[in-house]
Amino acid sequence: MSIEKETVEYVAHLARIELMPDELEKLSRQLDVIIDFIDTLKKVDVASIAPTSHILPIQNVTREDEPTGSLPIEKVLVNAPLRQNGFFMVPKVIEDNP
Amino acid sequence: MEYETVIGLEVHVHLKTKTKAFCGCSTEFGQEPNTQTCPVCLGMPGSLPVLNKVALEYAFKVALALNCSVQEFTKFDRKNYFYPDLPKNYQISQYDLPLAREGFLDVQTSDADKHIGILRVHLEEDAGKLVHKDDVTLVDFNRAGIPLLEIVSKPQIYSPEEAYAYLLALKSVIGYLGVSDCDMEKGSLRCDANISLRKRGVEELGVKAEIKNLNSFKAVKDALSFEAVRQEGLLREGSPVVQETRLWDAREGKTISMRSKEEAKDYRYFPEPDLPPFLIKKETIEAIRQSIPELPREKCSRFMKEYGLPQYDAQILTVSRATAEYAEECLRQSQGVNKKIISNWLIGPVSAGANNRNCGIADLGLSAALLIELVQAVETQQISHLTGKSVLEEMLRTSKSSGLIIKEKNLGQVSDTDSLKDEVEAVIKDNQKSVNDFISGKENALMFLVGQVMKRTKGKANPKVVQDTLRRRLTDA
Amino acid sequence: MDICRLTASELIEKLRHNELSPKDIVESLRKRIRALEPQVRAYVRLDNAPLISKLLETVFTPDPNKPLKGIPVAVKDNICTEGHATECCSKILEGFRPPYDATVIRKLKEAGALILTKKTNMDEFAFGSSTENSCFGASRNPWDLACVPGGSSGGSAAAVAADEAFLALGSDTGGSIRQPASFCGVVGLKPTYGRVSRYGLIAFASSLDQIGPLTKDVKDAAILLNAIAGYDSLDSTSVNIKVPDYTEFLATDIKGIRIGIPKEYFVEGMDQEVKEATDEAIAELRRRGAVCKEVSLPHTQYAIPVYYIIATAEASSNLARFDAVQYGLRAAGEAHVQNMISLYKKTRGAGFGEEAKRRIILGTFGLSHGYYEAYYLRALKVRTLIKRDFDRAFAEFDCIVTPTTPTPSFRIGEKAEDPLSMYLSDIYTISVNLAGIPAISIPCGFTSKKLPVGLQILAKPFDEEMLFKVAYAYEQNTPWHLEKPKL
Repeated sequence: MSIEKETVEYVAHLARIELMPDELEKLSRQLDVIIDFIDTLKKVDVASIAPTSHILPIQNVTREDEPTGSLPIEKVLVNAPLRQNGFFMVPKVIEDNP
Repeated sequence: MEYETVIGLEVHVHLKTKTKAFCGCSTEFGQEPNTQTCPVCLGMPGSLPVLNKVALEYAFKVALALNCSVQEFTKFDRKNYFYPDLPKNYQISQYDLPLAREGFLDVQTSDADKHIGILRVHLEEDAGKLVHKDDVTLVDFNRAGIPLLEIVSKPQIYSPEEAYAYLLALKSVIGYLGVSDCDMEKGSLRCDANISLRKRGVEELGVKAEIKNLNSFKAVKDALSFEAVRQEGLLREGSPVVQETRLWDAREGKTISMRSKEEAKDYRYFPEPDLPPFLIKKETIEAIRQSIPELPREKCSRFMKEYGLPQYDAQILTVSRATAEYAEECLRQSQGVNKKIISNWLIGPVSAGANNRNCGIADLGLSAALLIELVQAVETQQISHLTGKSVLEEMLRTSKSSGLIIKEKNLGQVSDTDSLKDEVEAVIKDNQKSVNDFISGKENALMFLVGQVMKRTKGKANPKVVQDTLRRRLTDA
Repeated sequence: MDICRLTASELIEKLRHNELSPKDIVESLRKRIRALEPQVRAYVRLDNAPLISKLLETVFTPDPNKPLKGIPVAVKDNICTEGHATECCSKILEGFRPPYDATVIRKLKEAGALILTKKTNMDEFAFGSSTENSCFGASRNPWDLACVPGGSSGGSAAAVAADEAFLALGSDTGGSIRQPASFCGVVGLKPTYGRVSRYGLIAFASSLDQIGPLTKDVKDAAILLNAIAGYDSLDSTSVNIKVPDYTEFLATDIKGIRIGIPKEYFVEGMDQEVKEATDEAIAELRRRGAVCKEVSLPHTQYAIPVYYIIATAEASSNLARFDAVQYGLRAAGEAHVQNMISLYKKTRGAGFGEEAKRRIILGTFGLSHGYYEAYYLRALKVRTLIKRDFDRAFAEFDCIVTPTTPTPSFRIGEKAEDPLSMYLSDIYTISVNLAGIPAISIPCGFTSKKLPVGLQILAKPFDEEMLFKVAYAYEQNTPWHLEKPKL
């Protein structure tokens, strides 16, 4: 077993995805196989290898501090499932700010 | 058993750029909700960030002013967590390679100078604002994406007073750089505090509490004082301190446990693939270093040395850059006047005038030349000190010069004995009892008589001349 | 004349000679789409609304600044078009109409192109190799309607193959342009990372994604790339290198060009007919004067595991924004009876399809506390080794030639229950994205069942010219691109 069901459950919570019990079962089985395959990477000696997070050899990309304008408010809110007086509206937030 | 309080502060300041950190939306405060947003700061699908050059420059400025070593290689990372004020549900921040580390800030407390270490300085984007209603929460993303500098102190602050002094000094330094308003009320400076207690002499840190919801410098001090007492109480009775987040309730004057199931944080940081890394050249850093102005502590000691001011005066006059520059202008121009007297005017009546107008002394529109003219009028006894203060008020109100006001209102001080003679005689005539009291040795009675003359002359008489004249007249007789 | 069978370059000629008008072109395209879509299903959300949202010319007036004037372009459902639904074929983006155009769309409009209002089908968020993961159901392969068109840009490939589009945009994160191009017998090009702006492409894996053309022939690919390539100040990863006119490299002489044939690509699991077609294609390149020699890319076997860690990790973060606050699906229920965590979980549980959930959870796992070093960080390091393989190869060779896929298209449903076997079929395309280099897939033959086979050509970063040179030389000496599916 390369991944436990509890880990899948925990990770699904981190990703904020609700899984039905049968989904969780199936996904855990599939991820087990996939991670087992991914574990072939453990064979590679990477001790002295630097990670590549950006493939391009470019650096220091910036923009000038000049305003380029904002969207009109209608466009900001056009796709909003719920809105009120120019705000987006969500259920009452009671959780802690992380 | 004696306990030592150990505090670390995490301060976030908004950088005063024209536009947001990663898009061209304006950062102006107090606009209608969601009107300063675009696909980028809303985190719309498909949008991409591009770093504001000036935000990076400002960040380096602060880092250098805090004596940090700037990293040659820096990058941004994504901090992943879900919260409705966070448009992308990740924050662009910096994790393992912050732009600067290992600095310090020298801080003056009432009893001593303290040297407080800075652990790291990094740049990130701010989140939006939540407005809580009875049964729903409203979200405004105007603030989302404003460049935020996080400054983390080492746990080297040993009292709430020191924490307070640290914040004042930090605000002063950042204000000198002109890169942030540091206004806690507007949310442009925010502070979280970590506090723990340990037995004196022990190296290891105790269990800490993190305190949030600190809305003013005073709140920081009060909350830390409360928390130090609370933790000491627990330790003395042998109860454990729980590692937790506590909220400061300013009205009740206490910290409250958030009492929620606190999940272990798992932010899944990884390098932000949308932003290539930054290789900072030594020349770039040098150029920024050159642009850093004289900072408050240096300026304070120079004011003491160059103008012979006491430390107390120099400190007050250097608290903000604008104040210091104005003060220096006045000190420099006032040839032949005692610098301490200029300082007294600045710290006293001029500051009072500024306070009444809710601004700094540099914002009064009072030119150094005009102020000096006024001070000289008092110093040469052309007008009394009291009259001087009211002339200052008039100057602030009308922008007229002191000379003009004195002339227009005929406020010139009368020092000529002859012209005061009639008034003196009249007072002596009307106040025989006080005259007798003085003659029989009651020195105080003389001051009463001086006051009467001042009254009759509507304050124009030179009180010193009046006093001399009265004394001579009454003792000769 | 059947207008829809023409290539874009032929259309441009006919417009210039006033043999056709933009209105004629769009009208015949509309008819073709209406006739074939019930079978092919290359487009999504088709209805009776106009295909083009602007007034069409009945008499063409040329404009030298608008090389694509009057030419319709089909767009994958993950590229933002202002005011028109862009949903990544996912339920979670239901009804999303972006308030802005992607940079490639802006550029195409500036070049005079007509952007189709209806988007092409894809695997949800580009997660897949068959379009079976689309919330609208799979598209069909025009060469065999029981087979998949490949993916994730399967709708774009099928549309071009079925003459339901002249030019189409796709996106390629691990082969999503080249593999469907190969399955559908069309040309598909993944540009160098940084060559085409990603602004407005709904991100799957930010460090791997590129937008590119799917076209009927190599010349059209050059024409379309000309229009979309170039630096964009809105994309920090776009590179400020001058864009050549790619059509200038469409020569037929490839004498002396050094071509590497990676031995690691010709191993078990490869379909015999695909191998034969590839061998024959290499032989043809030799006949045209190219020097073909074996080359080794030793870390090839690690490309898939590296990819499925990096791509899913980035995806897990990129897709966190689908949270029911600003746009898209919101799980049913009154606002005040739910809390935020359950709103997130229910919305995302209901809105994402099976493969999306699988990848988000896999990606989250690879980044989570205690696993980051073992998975994500290790994958980044192996990525370095894969990149070095190519650096070494390109020190010796001008380009590399491989099959695009180990097998031809497969039947719908064949791999649906076995995600790993689906992942493994990306073996020849994935390394290219990890190394950031450009690659093109062109038709190189058919299997006995008349399914297309694709040939892949890889080149150094920013050397798309080499791809066009070799691809065009091959294409002009072979008949494959002229064949049409029977529909």
